[in-house]
Amino acid sequence: MKLRIFVTLKPGVLDPQGKAIHKALDGLGFGGVNDVRAGKLIELDVADSTDDAAIDEMCRKLLANTVIENYRVERA
Amino acid sequence: MKSAVIVFPGSNCDRDLAVAIRDVSGIAPTMVWHGDTELPDGLGLIALPGGFSYGDYLRSGAMAARSPILRAVIDAAERGVPVLGVCNGFQVLTEAGLLPGALMRNAGIDFVCRDVSLTVENAQSIFTSRYAQGEKITVPVAHHDGNYFADDATLDRIEGEGRVAFRYDGQVNGSARNIAGVINASGNVLGMMPHPERRIEAAHGGTDGRRLFEGLLELVGA
Repeated sequence: MKLRIFVTLKPGVLDPQGKAIHKALDGLGFGGVNDVRAGKLIELDVADSTDDAAIDEMCRKLLANTVIENYRVERA
Repeated sequence: MKSAVIVFPGSNCDRDLAVAIRDVSGIAPTMVWHGDTELPDGLGLIALPGGFSYGDYLRSGAMAARSPILRAVIDAAERGVPVLGVCNGFQVLTEAGLLPGALMRNAGIDFVCRDVSLTVENAQSIFTSRYAQGEKITVPVAHHDGNYFADDATLDRIEGEGRVAFRYDGQVNGSARNIAGVINASGNVLGMMPHPERRIEAAHGGTDGRRLFEGLLELVGA
C-alpha cells in the first residue's frame, strides 16, 4: 500500500522558506501570488495490513513535529 | 567530573565540546556512539554536541532524538544527571521531548555565524552559577535552525518558572522572545543555540563560555 504523507507548518507559524520562494516568484515577474507555504511530501510503501493507528503513530513519533507541524495522510 | 559526549554521524562540534570539558575538568569525556545503548556509570554530565546529526534530514535533530543512545540519555536525564545540548544538541533535546518547544529555520533565512551578546536570565541553575544575574556575555552562534518556537502559554510558563537561561540581546534568528537557551523543569537539562565551548580560552577571543563548564564542575563535583 502506498501512502503520501503531507507535512505542513501549522497556520500562523512563520515559514521563511515559503517567504523566500514567494520573493523568487516575484523576482521572476509572477505578480499576484498572495502567499507561499512550503511543506514536505513523504511517500511510504507499507504492508497492506498496516492499520491507521500505526500510520498515525509513525507521523506523530517521527515524520512530523506536532509542536510546529500538521500532517495529512493520503492513500494512493 | 566524569562526562560523556554523544557522537552522532554528521556532528562536527563533538571534539570542541570534549576539549572544553577536558580543559576545565581535567578528565577527558567518554565519546559515546549514537548506536550504543548504554552510558558509562557515574556521569556528572552528558553533552550533546552541535553539528548536523544525520545531515539534518527530515528536521534538525529529529533522527538523533530517535537514535538508540537517546533512550539512555532520556533515562539519565529523568534520574537527574545534568545534560547540556549545544546548537544541534538543543534541537535534539526539543525533538526528544526533554525540553519544550521546537527550533525552526532562522526567520531571516540566512545561516547566522557570528559572536552575539547574551543576557544571563537565570544565574541560579547548575549551568549558570558562575555568571551574575543579568550579566551580558559574548558567545558565538553558528546555525541555520535556531529560531525557537513555542506557543504563548508555554513561553509564559517557562519565563515564569525562570527556565529561560539566556536571551539574545537583539534579534538573531527570529527566536520567540529572543530566547537563546532553555532549562527543563527539574533544572538538570539545558539546551542553548550559542556555543560556549567555542569561548573557553583567550585565543578564542574571550572566555565567557568557560564559566558554564566551571560552574558545572563546581556544583556537580569531580
